[in-house]
Amino acid sequence: MVHDLYQEIILDHSKRPRNCHPMDDANRKAEGYNPLCGDKLKLFLKVEGDVVKDVSFVGSGCAISTASASLMTESLKGKTRDEALKLLDKFHELLTTDAAIREDLGKLVVFCGVRDYPARVKCATLAWHTLKSALTNAGDPVTTE
Amino acid sequence: MSTLGNPIAAAFDVEKIREDFPVLKQYIHGMPLVYLDSAATAQKPFAVIDAIRRFHEVDCANIHRGVHELSQRSTAAYEETRVKARRFLNSKTKNELIFVRGTTEGVNLVSSTWGRKNVQAGDEIVISAMEHHSNIVPWQMLCEEKSAKLRVIPMNERGELLLEEYEKLLNPRTRMVAVTHVSNALGTVNPVRQIIEMAHKAGALALIDGAQAVPHLKVDVQALDADFYTLSGHKIFGPTGIGVLYGKAKLLNAMPPYQGGGDMIRTVTFEKTTYAEVPYKFEAGTPNIAGGIGMGAAFDYMAGIGIDQIAAHEHELLAYGTEALSRIPGLRLIGTAREKASVLSFVIEGIHPHDIGTVLDRQGIAVRTGHHCAQPVMDWFKVPATTRASLAFYNTTAEIDALVAGIHKVKEIFS
Repeated sequence: MVHDLYQEIILDHSKRPRNCHPMDDANRKAEGYNPLCGDKLKLFLKVEGDVVKDVSFVGSGCAISTASASLMTESLKGKTRDEALKLLDKFHELLTTDAAIREDLGKLVVFCGVRDYPARVKCATLAWHTLKSALTNAGDPVTTE
Repeated sequence: MSTLGNPIAAAFDVEKIREDFPVLKQYIHGMPLVYLDSAATAQKPFAVIDAIRRFHEVDCANIHRGVHELSQRSTAAYEETRVKARRFLNSKTKNELIFVRGTTEGVNLVSSTWGRKNVQAGDEIVISAMEHHSNIVPWQMLCEEKSAKLRVIPMNERGELLLEEYEKLLNPRTRMVAVTHVSNALGTVNPVRQIIEMAHKAGALALIDGAQAVPHLKVDVQALDADFYTLSGHKIFGPTGIGVLYGKAKLLNAMPPYQGGGDMIRTVTFEKTTYAEVPYKFEAGTPNIAGGIGMGAAFDYMAGIGIDQIAAHEHELLAYGTEALSRIPGLRLIGTAREKASVLSFVIEGIHPHDIGTVLDRQGIAVRTGHHCAQPVMDWFKVPATTRASLAFYNTTAEIDALVAGIHKVKEIFS
């Protein structure tokens, strides 16, 4: 039922998102927008050398997109740019394919229920699309459309 | 809510009506479907489904050109819809009714033909704060092209247009007032008769977006004195991809064609083309024939039930739903105009509409969540999106009860 989608950890992170604040000394920023539901997200990164030292976000969105952003920020700290982008690919695979669930996703596996709700995939990936934009280019606002 | 004491509603048998709509008899995620998204698209009765099927099975041919039997039958059936549309909207003649893909194309046709010819730099187009994107963007594009100015009638916190502010916007440079009859996001029924009259006094024309009005209200384009009125077939229980644009004959005659192609011409040489008479001047190419015939069946179906019966039943549903939703703590109705039709748009403190929509869906309840193609309305009410339950005559008070129970379940999960 619907609890497969809204697992406890997702509800927890949507109500009390972690790393949810602007970052004054960020050296990478990007904005994401989901025109379908009006979700907006600003992502702040502090990248030193090749390593994501710190990451935070602000925005307004549904439970899925807020929890996804919150859990993403937790899983990124200390990762290299390449590791972060690889994690994005794995996360995308989790949501959009029937492939066996990988163990190296950590807490992010709680989003596995999203694959049964195709209309909600964009909610879960908004933060990650925004991350890609922040890591790969100057950061034009990305949209999920 | 009892229907006793209301003779019109009492004669209306909603369970019998529901038998006409096969789609309603199904289970979604194990629960009976509660379809509350008719403002997005209305469901289709057997009468419409059968008419489209019959066309493909029995009469299928292209129209307006063949001398053979099938072509004549198809032409007659397609053109009969124009007669039915004339009755539905009470236009003076059937030739004032142009078949378009839907309301969006109706607005675009007027903005790009009438607009290009008649709007000049410094002219003004007036729209309202509660327009659907389809009645904003075409005018914006025209204004940009012509260096004209787009002006917006504001609304109050109930979602009612401020006519005294509208009055101040009108001036000799106003060319067109384009306003929705019923707001898709708020349900507000606008006083379009008065809005049109004020436009005319200022020397401007008026276009009314009727997409959300015609499923619920009696519309008489002559009584309204509308210059243009446009609607979508799929909102009145017909198929998608077909609609009607009404325009006063003298305006249509003076307008340049819309698209060039077959069917819209009288003669073509490489030097010069002369155009067909209205409405054909605006109908290039093979149209949506099956859709047109299906829409004709929809006009008949609605006439068979009677718009007064429909309005009376929906009025009861809306009153019942408004009261039931208002009792839910933390729920705020968006759009509380005194004159409303069939829309219950709401937000719940701390819960995003998208989550509400997903949890309701799992209980078989179909609602629309998002900005409803009316982002300026969302901005005005300072919400990113709303959940919208929209009603049609096939809905019941039991379905409203299911919605209320569904919302309680949503609150349970996210509390």
